[in-house]
Amino acid sequence: MSLTADDVKKIARLAALDIRPEQVADYEKNLSSILNLVEQMDAVDTTGVEPMAHPLHMVQPLRDDAVTEEDQRDHFQEHAPATEDGYYLVPKVIE
Amino acid sequence: MSWEVVIGLEIHAQLATQSKIFSGASTAYGAAPNSQACAVDLGLPGVLPVLNKSVVEMAVKFGLAIDAEIGQRSVFARKNYFYPDLPKGYQISQYELPIVGQGYLDIELEDGETKRIGVTRAHLEEDAGKSVHEGFGSMTGIDLNRAGTPLLEIVSEPDMRSAKEAVAYMKKMHALVQYLGICDGNMQEGSFRCDANVSVRPVGQAEFGTRAELKNLNSFRFIERAINYEVERQIDVIEGGGEVVQETRLYDADKDETRSMRGKEDANDYRYFPDPDLLPVAVTDEDIETIRSTLPELPDAKRQRYVSELGLPEYDAGVLTASKAVADYYEAALAAGADAKLAANWINGELAAALNKNELNIDESPVTPVALSGLLSRIADDTISGKIAKQVFEALWNGEGSADDIIEAKGLKQITDTSAIEGIIDEVMANNGEQVDNYRAAPEDKRGKMIGYFVGQVMKATQGKANPGQVNQLLKQKLDG
Repeated sequence: MSLTADDVKKIARLAALDIRPEQVADYEKNLSSILNLVEQMDAVDTTGVEPMAHPLHMVQPLRDDAVTEEDQRDHFQEHAPATEDGYYLVPKVIE
Repeated sequence: MSWEVVIGLEIHAQLATQSKIFSGASTAYGAAPNSQACAVDLGLPGVLPVLNKSVVEMAVKFGLAIDAEIGQRSVFARKNYFYPDLPKGYQISQYELPIVGQGYLDIELEDGETKRIGVTRAHLEEDAGKSVHEGFGSMTGIDLNRAGTPLLEIVSEPDMRSAKEAVAYMKKMHALVQYLGICDGNMQEGSFRCDANVSVRPVGQAEFGTRAELKNLNSFRFIERAINYEVERQIDVIEGGGEVVQETRLYDADKDETRSMRGKEDANDYRYFPDPDLLPVAVTDEDIETIRSTLPELPDAKRQRYVSELGLPEYDAGVLTASKAVADYYEAALAAGADAKLAANWINGELAAALNKNELNIDESPVTPVALSGLLSRIADDTISGKIAKQVFEALWNGEGSADDIIEAKGLKQITDTSAIEGIIDEVMANNGEQVDNYRAAPEDKRGKMIGYFVGQVMKATQGKANPGQVNQLLKQKLDG
């Protein structure tokens, strides 16, 4: 299976990655070869095999519904580039 | 050409837990921004989500209530998209294997018919945070308190054929989640909200038309208006020779219109995949039976019981069970000794009117179920007449004490003493000689009407306190005699 240049651009856009036009051909080749590698598994007959959601044969442990966290806002916000009145600030995302 | 409307709803019900779906942070509404956003909610590196047990139980409870198949092995998946109020870059949701499979909900239509609306599925997911676009200059403020709040997304089949049916379905679902105690139903706070998929097709056509998804519907009134607007818009587009585009549209309540949310071309490419941080969720047969035993009496069963056991008319039973709060009030009044029919009449009548007028919910009523029951007992035992009871109700509403206190203090006790009423009748007859003569001269079939005048005079003389039945009977005896 091989990807087109358009596929690469679309994947980059969905992943919010800014790739330069001259990089597209490389990604096209490298990503395609990864897909080809994985594609070899299609040779295995998987009839009757239940799709696996997780490699561990365990089920999800559950926790009781209780509030165990304290307010650590000031601590967390030390790492934020910009905050105001307790809000995290980001560049405006709406016109 | 005549058109058929096709509607499917996606309802988001916030589950009524203390803590978040994957973290121990509080879900309490209205806290200071980001004071309830912990490391897991912020998506900091190295954290792991751990699923809240109550969330699973609530989802299963819901599934049982709509007669759905329970996903005994359900899987969480990542729904990938970028937005600043989604710190991880993905929302943890369920995709291929949801916890609740196909079920249904019966709704009552205006003509009294029942219609079954299919529920495709219901799945668990986490809510995103909140973006505040005003007040930060060129920046947007992000509050992540809501991030990680547990949601149950309930997806219906495209089974509704009018805005009214969509509203009926949503109201019924709203009542159901509150009956189950899994959602507080507070629409102002966003605990219960919905998106509507709307399309139109020529009557008789089997395929669906292209649909638009309407977002931002957070009141029953808006849903009806938004759908009606959107239906008109789509018909105009098609009849004008155009084509409806599949897109997301936002409802603007101020302008009463829907608007396209442009620039979301990749919006539906969420690249779901199983979340490696979470294992499959197992729900055993035993879990299901344990949860089933906690199911309360549901609205439809309650309504039927009110009709069959309490002898209420269908309509009254429907009104009383349409919301859990009203049914709770009614049952509390019955527990305090109220007569079933009398209580139904008063709650749906006088009380509902007073609550409406004062814009109060029934759980905020200044007249408690016990207080109302006290009043109804005095009607039932003939201490007061129905008319006087309205006066007592008003005093109860204004907090002037119990019904007995009010009746005593205002001297409202009904006069049932025959000799006392006879004395008043004699007086009235003596003061109205001419009317008495007229009455006696009138033919039998006219007298029934004429007696009303005397009843009025007696009631006036007793300030409405004479027992009307007795007054009628005694008057007839005296006048005819």
